[in-house]
Amino acid sequence: MRTRIRGARILDPSSGRDEIGELDIDDGQIAELDSGATPDQVIEAEGLWLAPGFVDLHTHLREPGQEYKEDIATGTRAAAAGGYTAVCTMANTDPVNDSPAVTEYIRRRAHESAAVRVHVIAAATQQLRGEIMSEMASLASAGAVAFSDDGAVIRNASVMRRVLEYARGVGRPVIAHCEDLDLRGSGVVHEGASATCCGLPGSPAEAETVMVARDVELARLTGAHLHIAHVSAGRSVDIIREAKESGVRVTAEVTPHHLCLTDEAILNYDTNAKMAPPLRTARDQEALRQGLADGTIDCVATDHAPHAAYEKDLEFTAAAFGVVGLETALPCVMELVIEGRLSALDAMARLSTRPARVLGLRGGTLETGAPADLVLIDPEQVWKLEAVDLHSRSRNSPFLGRELRGRAMLTWVGGHVVHALDGDGA
Amino acid sequence: MRGLLGIQDLPRTEIERILDTAEAMVEISQREIKRVPTLRGRTVINLFLEPSTRTRVSFEIAAKRLSADAINVSSSGSSLSKAETLADMGQNLAAMNADVLVVRDRTAGVPKMLADRLPMPVINAGDGCHEHPTQALLDVFTVRQSLGTLDSRVVAIVGDISHSRVARSDIHAFTKMGAEVRVAGPPTMLPAGIDVLGVKACFSMEEALDGADVIIMLRIQRERLEQALFPSVREYSLTFGLNLRTLALAKPDAIVLHPGPINRGVEISGEVADAEPSRILDQVTNGVAVRMAVLYLVTGEQA
Ligand SMILES: [Zn+2]
Repeated sequence: MRTRIRGARILDPSSGRDEIGELDIDDGQIAELDSGATPDQVIEAEGLWLAPGFVDLHTHLREPGQEYKEDIATGTRAAAAGGYTAVCTMANTDPVNDSPAVTEYIRRRAHESAAVRVHVIAAATQQLRGEIMSEMASLASAGAVAFSDDGAVIRNASVMRRVLEYARGVGRPVIAHCEDLDLRGSGVVHEGASATCCGLPGSPAEAETVMVARDVELARLTGAHLHIAHVSAGRSVDIIREAKESGVRVTAEVTPHHLCLTDEAILNYDTNAKMAPPLRTARDQEALRQGLADGTIDCVATDHAPHAAYEKDLEFTAAAFGVVGLETALPCVMELVIEGRLSALDAMARLSTRPARVLGLRGGTLETGAPADLVLIDPEQVWKLEAVDLHSRSRNSPFLGRELRGRAMLTWVGGHVVHALDGDGA
Repeated sequence: MRGLLGIQDLPRTEIERILDTAEAMVEISQREIKRVPTLRGRTVINLFLEPSTRTRVSFEIAAKRLSADAINVSSSGSSLSKAETLADMGQNLAAMNADVLVVRDRTAGVPKMLADRLPMPVINAGDGCHEHPTQALLDVFTVRQSLGTLDSRVVAIVGDISHSRVARSDIHAFTKMGAEVRVAGPPTMLPAGIDVLGVKACFSMEEALDGADVIIMLRIQRERLEQALFPSVREYSLTFGLNLRTLALAKPDAIVLHPGPINRGVEISGEVADAEPSRILDQVTNGVAVRMAVLYLVTGEQA
């Protein structure tokens, strides 16, 4: 079965292609354009963008163990609706993904129930305790693409050093959630004017930057590939830029919410504006946008963190940290395109090609012969996000009620339609 | 008035209306029979999720002097979240058909979050390190009583500003009333971005009290020692305590306020607490009048 997409603006960051044209999908792959071949189906896509499907490096799918928040089926359906064709699921499940058995279980469940490709990130240390490293070689053999304790944070610099060294040997990156938990203390929001006005305990930007500096230096020491998760502070961008210039193997991601929101979002005590790291100042936000534009920050990653309503409908200090993000990442990045900070091609690169490259994953390309992991985007569509629109099992989005611009109309994984906005398969 | 969640969003004219109403309430409190039928048949729930005898009793007396039924709901200090969600709590409170809800909670934002979910007016009786609006109103009322106008007066607030809801509400209230506000304490107790509130931060009593008309001393919490915010009570008392020596740094007719309860010999010496400049007991008396005024105004001013 051959499907032809006609009239779309084709954006392929892997080759730099940006032109109105057509693309054929055949046998699950991007096919050689052959005007002789008659397509079984033609999709007229004037005014739309066709790009490689997005790849998310930081997703909490919550399965196994916390299926009341999300599971692989609902989380990947949310991903597809957001234009994602691959997600990397974090290790803080229950049980923790620190053993090949859990990794294999997640991969099997993904095979049975996922709408998009699921890559597995395993724990860097056993039980996320930051003490004894996990069996990284066995985990890598079982399919783990990277190692991370994420928010559990490896406090001990010596343990972090050994984790980086060992991971280097296994040929996998270590993803670090950089936050000094002592410096953060009881902080739940960025320490600054908004926190002072609200009377909420703050955590300074330096809680992040001192750990970014530590981990960058340890990456320098070990030669390992360090990937810094969800950069939130402007100074972190400077440290990463300097490290890259001096040859450290460091990559970094930024979340859509840190790109689009500031700590002013907490002024009305909206617990959907509570996450770790916290939303910071307009100056930090500007530095993140600059860092993403100039390539210091490699890609956008959602840190999709679903929580049940009853975990968020609490006093601000008691509410869970985290927000869902898979279904709103595109309009967040589109904001930068509209403002002229990113070209359309660069925007697609930061959602697809670059994250795929960071972890060495397939995808992020429209090359002939590549799996047909694609997204068709309406860059002009303005839509208001309502809770019922979300495919995720959880609704903890800071963008509820907001007007967003840009939407995934159709998503294909391996040539199969996994999301169609009107539900008609186009 | 649609409730009272904080001073930050209250215009000066509203503050003045509350203060003027409180004047009339002072008169009621001086009568032999200190009770008027204004709020007869109305129910006030005092929801105190953080223990506070003083503020609760003050609200209770205020409600009773207006003939309202005051119901006290307190919790043994466990947080709201352990019991139920805000939505559940809101539904339960709404089902009680109270006319006013007075809320004290250890977490900033809870009165606002409940107000967003409830039909009746909510009065914030202190939320975490956020605001304590009736305390600020009674402070302004007390200062006005002694000094007349507040315009161009210098108000120094001394203590743990970071963790003080009284400081935040006082800063907003006195600034709106035209006063110049300074805050003082060791830098560990001055919050980030305090300058956006329009105050000057001082690191010494000399700097803070020079030319001050009003000195507001805050209670020092010994638990801040554990958070390494200051080295010892002795040193705190030496550097930021108010005693006859440091009082002399202010204007000769300066007055002294303290939201209570005071730590004698720590942030304020006994001599100063009991001396002529002290308005600490007036604050307690005025607190009832101000809370009567607020209860009256949020219930719709009828009668
Ligand atoms: Zn994280």
